[in-house]
Amino acid sequence: MNDRVEVRKTYKLFIGGAFPRSESGRTYEVHDTDDKFLANAAKGSRKDARDAVLAARKGFAAWSAATAYNRGQVLYRVAEVMEGRREQFIADVQAAEGLGDKKSARVVDTSIDRLVWYAGWADKYAQVLGNTNPVAGPYFNFSIPEPTGVVAAIAPQDSSLLGLVSVIAPIVVTGNAAIVIASTLRPIPAITFTEVLATSDVPPGVINMLTGDPAEIAPWLASHGDVNAIDLTGVTSTELAKKLEIEAAGTVKRVRRPAQPNWLSTPDLGRLGAFVETKTVWHPLGA
Amino acid sequence: MRTIAEPLTTTSALREFLHGLPGVDEVGIKARATALGTRSIKNDSKSWAIDMAIRMVDLTTLEGMDTPGKVRAMCAKALRPDPTDPTAPSVAAVCVYGDMAPVARAAVGDNLHVAAVATAFPSGRASLAVKLQDVRDAVAGGADEIDMVIDRGAFLAGNYGLVHEQIVAVKAACGLAHLKVILETGELRTLDNVRRASWLAMMAGADFIKTSTGKVPVAATPAVTIVMLQAVRDYYELTQTRIGVKPAGGIRTSKDAIKYLVLVKETAGEAWLTPDLFRFGASTLLNDLLMQRQRMAVGHYSGPDYVTID
Amino acid sequence: MTFEYAPAPESRAIVSIAPSYGLFINGEFVDPTSGTTFKTVNPATEEVLAEISEANQSDVNAAVNSARRAYDRVWSVMNGRDRAKYLFRIARLLQERAREFAVLETLDNGKPIRESRDIDVPLAAAHFFYHAGWADKLDYAGLGPNPQALGVAGQIIPWNFPLLMLAWKIAPALACGNTVVLKPAESTSLTALLFAEICQQADLPPGVVNIITGAGDTGRMIVEHDGIDKIAFTGSTEVGKSIARALAGTSRKLTLELGGKAANIVFDDAPIDQAVEGIVDGIFFNQGHVCCAGSRLLLQESIAEETIDALKRRLQTLRLGDPLDKNTDIGAINSREQLNKIDELIKSGDDEGAQRWTAPCEIPDKGWWCAPTIFTNVTQAHRIAREEIFGPVLSVLTFRTPDEAIEKANNTPFGLSAGIWTEKGSRILMMANELRAGVIWANTFNRFDPASPFGGFKESGFGREGGIQGLSGYLQSGTDSDDQAKGMS
Repeated sequence: MNDRVEVRKTYKLFIGGAFPRSESGRTYEVHDTDDKFLANAAKGSRKDARDAVLAARKGFAAWSAATAYNRGQVLYRVAEVMEGRREQFIADVQAAEGLGDKKSARVVDTSIDRLVWYAGWADKYAQVLGNTNPVAGPYFNFSIPEPTGVVAAIAPQDSSLLGLVSVIAPIVVTGNAAIVIASTLRPIPAITFTEVLATSDVPPGVINMLTGDPAEIAPWLASHGDVNAIDLTGVTSTELAKKLEIEAAGTVKRVRRPAQPNWLSTPDLGRLGAFVETKTVWHPLGA
Repeated sequence: MRTIAEPLTTTSALREFLHGLPGVDEVGIKARATALGTRSIKNDSKSWAIDMAIRMVDLTTLEGMDTPGKVRAMCAKALRPDPTDPTAPSVAAVCVYGDMAPVARAAVGDNLHVAAVATAFPSGRASLAVKLQDVRDAVAGGADEIDMVIDRGAFLAGNYGLVHEQIVAVKAACGLAHLKVILETGELRTLDNVRRASWLAMMAGADFIKTSTGKVPVAATPAVTIVMLQAVRDYYELTQTRIGVKPAGGIRTSKDAIKYLVLVKETAGEAWLTPDLFRFGASTLLNDLLMQRQRMAVGHYSGPDYVTID
Repeated sequence: MTFEYAPAPESRAIVSIAPSYGLFINGEFVDPTSGTTFKTVNPATEEVLAEISEANQSDVNAAVNSARRAYDRVWSVMNGRDRAKYLFRIARLLQERAREFAVLETLDNGKPIRESRDIDVPLAAAHFFYHAGWADKLDYAGLGPNPQALGVAGQIIPWNFPLLMLAWKIAPALACGNTVVLKPAESTSLTALLFAEICQQADLPPGVVNIITGAGDTGRMIVEHDGIDKIAFTGSTEVGKSIARALAGTSRKLTLELGGKAANIVFDDAPIDQAVEGIVDGIFFNQGHVCCAGSRLLLQESIAEETIDALKRRLQTLRLGDPLDKNTDIGAINSREQLNKIDELIKSGDDEGAQRWTAPCEIPDKGWWCAPTIFTNVTQAHRIAREEIFGPVLSVLTFRTPDEAIEKANNTPFGLSAGIWTEKGSRILMMANELRAGVIWANTFNRFDPASPFGGFKESGFGREGGIQGLSGYLQSGTDSDDQAKGMS
């Protein structure tokens, strides 16, 4: 048994590239699967959500103006830094999800590989989701996928790292900015993930992380006039999901409904195409 | 549609001429600026460039809180920029608000130019009569250079005749003073507008075309400066008259200044590499130039303690 | 005093060139069976840089066998996600050692350090990054689910962009699951050999990449080897044709990227200063050693004179000299042979009655150099309008109307690229529709990106490199007998 007294970490939100506490000053207790106390996580409030939206909108401007190649490089760098912290993530996942050594290692490795997979899509999805259209007239016509803007996402409750990464990566690789509500009971891997983001050249505000109760924060995001889409993947209560969809309808948000896929399998293009808008342009052809 | 006989001073005649100038490809200009920014200027050429840049500085203070004391201190620095090294050249001019021109002139005597901003600087939003009086006062106060602003509202509304008329009137009011016309490129927004405004100013009598007042978020940039250098070069081809260019605002480091000198050399040509035809509107730039000059002289990096704040 | 730029040389110290190099086979450097070597030279100084091995039939066999073993046992059974990771490693290593590669490329090829540093090396790394991402996404390449690799690819590349051409070949081949045997040009082997070191640093399984050096004979041995499934060649049209003949009647696939004589078309409403930049970039970038060079300038007659004047004025600022100097714009011609070819064609221009103008450049005493040259009053019948010069020589012709421009531009057996300069959008799109060329640049020139497919029409070759279309050159696309045709892989 090590006699050294360890330095314990304070767990905060991640907004605009910085780590503030909740403006409400509230926290809630996080326990591992043996009910042992792990940490006091920040309990995000509607004002934190509001601040996150502001940060995301600013982050979106810079992120969507970057080249696709650049976005891919940044996401690849996130994977690199995660790889360097592999052991820490394995420990976090074990504590959060109660998985054994092999399973938690597999979850972490798959999370890193998932990021690499999505990073590689940055400069390619436009070639698969975009095209020219052979219209019946002397016009050049092309369709391109553009990011929708600011996307709010409720991360999966159980899959605290792999599910989280699988929800966030497709949102940002297509140029959107994200506000993510981490798993309520298992937020620690998400918070470690934000530390990786902060050291990986991700522009401030591109990914923002809130911890706390989705039932409290999500409705404010679902109704927010400056949020373009909402991803309800991690909402487990059908009542809450319905309520959020109703709120979102008020501003005609793009909504992705709750889902619980096998996160270990390689995804299809569904999530990649969920938060892009297709823009079609016409131009006459003539001397 | 203009008639054949219309002089090139009315809005319709000017519109036809200015809109007939070739367009500017923004991506191409920015790529050229970036490529020229990779020129590596070292050793002798760097020393030469630093001294030339110092000689081209219009040392500027344009604040509401300017006082005679502040202006005098700046003038002393303009005359002898480096108290530790008398070989450091003086700057080209001091640049102040028109009502400070007498203070500046008293401080520099005949050793430097005194440039005064006038014409309801920086916005230009006042009657022509007021703007002309502003000019006359500054000239009477000792300014031998006037930096005027064009009416950007009139320009963007397409009222080229009015913009032209105002410049002509200001030039007349300048008397013997030389006229710099500030285009405020940050408000013109497109490089096509910058090209057109450059030509308009030159045709109306500008001695210098200047990028900015320094009072709006976007000031001088290499791309904008290239467009203006192309304009003065083309104007020279047509008229055999050389007009000067002054980028102002946002040029803070020696590295930036040297990049601009490369732009001048490779766009308009060597003939423009003189304070008579190229100036930097700057304040903090001077200290960085002096620190670089010190570094080249003594061999190690200098620091802010070794240059004066005023 | 005027503003003269003092010499600003990039340091050579970052690179350590060995006195001699072996062949990179099965993950190791080995001596050539015959023991034969040849010299590689710095074209700016004529100094010998190193001795390069000459691969003979035995070496070629060893390389092909190594590639085949690596394919059968390792690379074809590895999943795409893992292949991707090797390619990402290679991309990262190229970025890390970028300056070293740039200096070495300049020494061996003669191109200005500014170009190798700012264009060649970053693009090469980008190619590996781009293709790394495809390795585990081939289901989306447009060729149906789970497309298969071809097997072993034999790749022969030219001397004009040694490292970049290597990247264009190896990255997609590996991403799609093939293994390779690559032969760099005999005058520019050094960056390929340094790349072999990168493969070792990346722990790439031995045999996946084999680099064998040599000249025309070695290339022929690769082409004729029946243990190879696919040949990818970039080089002269003559050699391309002979390769196509050699593969006739076999089942081996082929893609060719050959020469060009691109038309750069400037209309009277073009932004002249940027058009001049585009013209200069089009023919003087990389000393004109570019297959897609804008070597035929088609000027609308009404603006011809003023454009030529603007062009000549711009050419006065081009700096020719030491390629390692960061301010050099025009480097050395890669070899004595190439300079002879250029000179011969320049002489034909004079003999056939075109007007020559050469930029005033000081030519160094040693090395091979050609100052930027413009020929005006050129017509379609002149040799300098029809044959690829592959040097800093521009032929200027005129046209009156858009359709005449199209006719003249298309009147050539080549069809690699073309340039269009005009402010009018509809004209850009109409011209792009009508020009028979694989790459069309509008209001720009010489833009390359791994995501953008590159390749020619007609005698400029077939097949594409880069983009989603470039993948099909290294994948099987079905068992339909039509697909057995060359270049339709």
